[in-house]
Amino acid sequence: MADTKVEQMSVDVVRDPSMMTGAIPRKDWMDMPVTFKPGNYCYPAKKSIVEYLDKGLPGLFGVPREWQVESDDWQLPENWVEIILQGMRERLDKFRSFKVFMDICVRCGACADKCHFFLGTGDPKNMPVLRAELLRSIYRGNFTKAGRILGSIAGGRPMTFEVLKEWFMYFYQCTECRRCSVFCPYGIDTAEITMMARELLHLVGVGTNWILEPAANSNRTGNHLGLQPHTFKQNAEFLLDDIEEVTGVKLQNLTFNRKGAEVLFVIPSADVFADPGIFTFMGYLLIFEHVGLDYTISTYSSEGGNFGSFTNNELMKKLNGKMYAEAKRLGVKWILGGECGHMWRVVHQYMETMNGPPDNLEVPKSPITGTVFENAAAAKMVHISEFTADLIKHDKLKIDKSRNDHRVVTFHDSCNPSRGMGMLEEPRYILQNVCNKFYEMPENTIREQTFCCGSGTGLNTGEIMDLRMRGGLPRANAVKHVEEKHGVNMLSCICAIDRATLLALMEYWNPNVGVCGISELVGNALIMEGEKVRDQDLRFEELAGAGQGEEPGTNEEGE
Amino acid sequence: MKHAFLAVIALIAISWIGSLVGLDYVFGVVFPYLAFAIFLGGFIYRIVNWGKSPVPFRIPTTSGQGKSLDWVRQDKLDCPATFWQVVGRMLLEVFVFRSLFKNTKAEIHDGPKLVYGSSKWLWLFGLAFHYSFLLIILRHLRLFLNPVPAFIGQIEFFDGLFQVGVPVLYQTDLVFVGAVTFLFLRRVLIPQVKYISFAADYFPLFLIFAIGATGILMRYFFRVDVVAIKQLTMGIATFSPAISGDIGSIFYIHIFLVSALLAYFPFSKLMHLGGVFMSPTRNLANNNRMVRHVNPWNDPNIKPHSYADYEDEFREFMVDTVLPVEKELPPEPEPEPEPEPEAAETEKPAEPAAEEAPAETPAEKE
Repeated sequence: MADTKVEQMSVDVVRDPSMMTGAIPRKDWMDMPVTFKPGNYCYPAKKSIVEYLDKGLPGLFGVPREWQVESDDWQLPENWVEIILQGMRERLDKFRSFKVFMDICVRCGACADKCHFFLGTGDPKNMPVLRAELLRSIYRGNFTKAGRILGSIAGGRPMTFEVLKEWFMYFYQCTECRRCSVFCPYGIDTAEITMMARELLHLVGVGTNWILEPAANSNRTGNHLGLQPHTFKQNAEFLLDDIEEVTGVKLQNLTFNRKGAEVLFVIPSADVFADPGIFTFMGYLLIFEHVGLDYTISTYSSEGGNFGSFTNNELMKKLNGKMYAEAKRLGVKWILGGECGHMWRVVHQYMETMNGPPDNLEVPKSPITGTVFENAAAAKMVHISEFTADLIKHDKLKIDKSRNDHRVVTFHDSCNPSRGMGMLEEPRYILQNVCNKFYEMPENTIREQTFCCGSGTGLNTGEIMDLRMRGGLPRANAVKHVEEKHGVNMLSCICAIDRATLLALMEYWNPNVGVCGISELVGNALIMEGEKVRDQDLRFEELAGAGQGEEPGTNEEGE
Repeated sequence: MKHAFLAVIALIAISWIGSLVGLDYVFGVVFPYLAFAIFLGGFIYRIVNWGKSPVPFRIPTTSGQGKSLDWVRQDKLDCPATFWQVVGRMLLEVFVFRSLFKNTKAEIHDGPKLVYGSSKWLWLFGLAFHYSFLLIILRHLRLFLNPVPAFIGQIEFFDGLFQVGVPVLYQTDLVFVGAVTFLFLRRVLIPQVKYISFAADYFPLFLIFAIGATGILMRYFFRVDVVAIKQLTMGIATFSPAISGDIGSIFYIHIFLVSALLAYFPFSKLMHLGGVFMSPTRNLANNNRMVRHVNPWNDPNIKPHSYADYEDEFREFMVDTVLPVEKELPPEPEPEPEPEPEAAETEKPAEPAAEEAPAETPAEKE
């Protein structure tokens, strides 16, 4: 848990001098050095991990070595400044977003208080505009005439070790959530800037272990946890026993690596391993069994989440490539994806461009409802919420809403599905159909204005707990609001990172609120053929009015 | 701020002195031509330069419900899926600053409790500034066109509708000066905004204020020879510039400041005028999964760790747990060494044992 007690933190965020509480630093931001101390930085990547990644993508992760963040010698290559500047030059030529966003900011400040890290820390360099200036100042100082001649008067500065430290600090206090981008009059997206900065940092061998080790695992074992095929399968099958115990039904349709299945189902791997993701996973399986979907799960492509996307576009592409490759090998018709935020950012906005076209796949069509998912006509991959919402719309699910009556639910829009995909209504439609008590958080904190969990993009690591609890404060605060107003006790979401991070966040700020994926709630409510009297939910917790909820669905199931 | 202020003072001083020592032609003709050429060339250069960098990925910031199932209502303006819907989003962005309109202001109170209030002042004054600037530029076309088009007369008529003073007071002049003043004051009075501002933010404000001020002085206070000015400006417009009569220093100061603004424009943040059209988070349709988007530098050599290598590494375990495999295990091992994995990639990273890794990775177990 966090190093600072919540009572203390509650006072600190309001009283400590910070830009959020009205204290303005006397020194110019360029003159404020960063100081690393335990708790404010992520641990650097292990040498062996970087060595492994370097074999697959030579040169992109710097020289493998052991180094200490708090030390003044990061053992950078001698020509590291050159590497950074050359890397910048290349990326300015490769990404219009980068070039335009370096040039057109007018520093109007509209983004300043939109960032959850700024709201929680009050650190001026967490204002998106200043975060971008950390990079922009180097751009001006090296790539524009005015900056080269006039230096700091024109907002330019040379690339120094102090700047590099600043980048490592603040581009790992951005979760690429894009909230600032919604409010920017020019759509400047700090996520793009952070991505560029992290690519540059990796070039000189500055990366964090919490990102690179899962990425290495994903490459080798298929999933970020490093679960080998047998373990992955056994974990998943173990959950079948739990399902049987709760529902009295032994599911038959779960298979792995099966050729000829109609659908390949890709999940964030934490869903077979970690609480509360496992309950979401049970929900998926119940839905598929209920409608008789012909699906298989791959152990080779057993990670939807893409830790490469937190490093550089090359590793993102490499890891993502498994999905289409495996779909082709197994000969499935289309791909279905589980509840995962950044997985869906990558699938929706990058996959088809990077690894498509998937010529061997067909335009996804629900075998149960006949619905053709035109919105996935090229990428051939459908989101589980789209799939489930369509099932409900066509009355293909027998649902007993009252089985979720012990939950008072609110919904956290995950950053990526909301601002990188535009998926706002489908999860809500599902929730309204599977539970009776669903309340929205205040409007400035949901939908396209949703707040990050505070720990996305690979910041979900134990060594920066205080930071994460601060970054997650805006989200937690909105949950607290509905907890007090409506008695909300369950925070639902469609993201695996959320399911891990919100759990810690709720334990800290709102200990009476649990966290779940929405497929878990669907699983609770589903009336399975041949089931026993259900008096427990998928977590083995007592239902409200234990087992009395007989309220059959409105029509026959679509088997 | 002081650098920016001094720079504008210097510009004023230079042009004033210039007009006093008889450099009328330099300040009235040479510099304006030069500045306009720099503006035009620079503007085009910047746009082309931006355009040369490709848009490798389709990355719209979706700010509303995307197009999905037929019965789900799409938010066509905030999450456009077609070209014309994108045009709609862009028009609203460019003409009414829609994103800025969404602005909020956050405060933290005891509890802790975060609250988000509406904050539309920047939007309002930003809009007032840009539109009054635009109308003033349009009014100035009178000086470069002969005969003067009717719409300019109409703008002037409505701009001076209240018929105050002689010559008639244009409301845009007031709004313009007021809005620039607001934009300046918020930059110095709001501590966060002051903290992020530097010379490149103050300089255009001072310059634009000075342009407005000299223009107003010329129109309402120092009477200048309007006929001579029109002769000069028409001469410039028709590429036969000539200066007749004594126009007055204030005019040369004004036109020199305008020249400075034009020349400065392409190399400054003022290029947001062009950039707003080029922003990939706004000008792309959210049809990512529907329509193929091509990345010109996509590297086909980046391939995933192959299934074959994966199976080679884990085949034994897979067979043990009845997972299907492509290649069967070799018959009972003869006494020969373990087959080395072929590809370099199959070498193991620090071997995070499956049982251990989760403790560090998925959810905190501390």
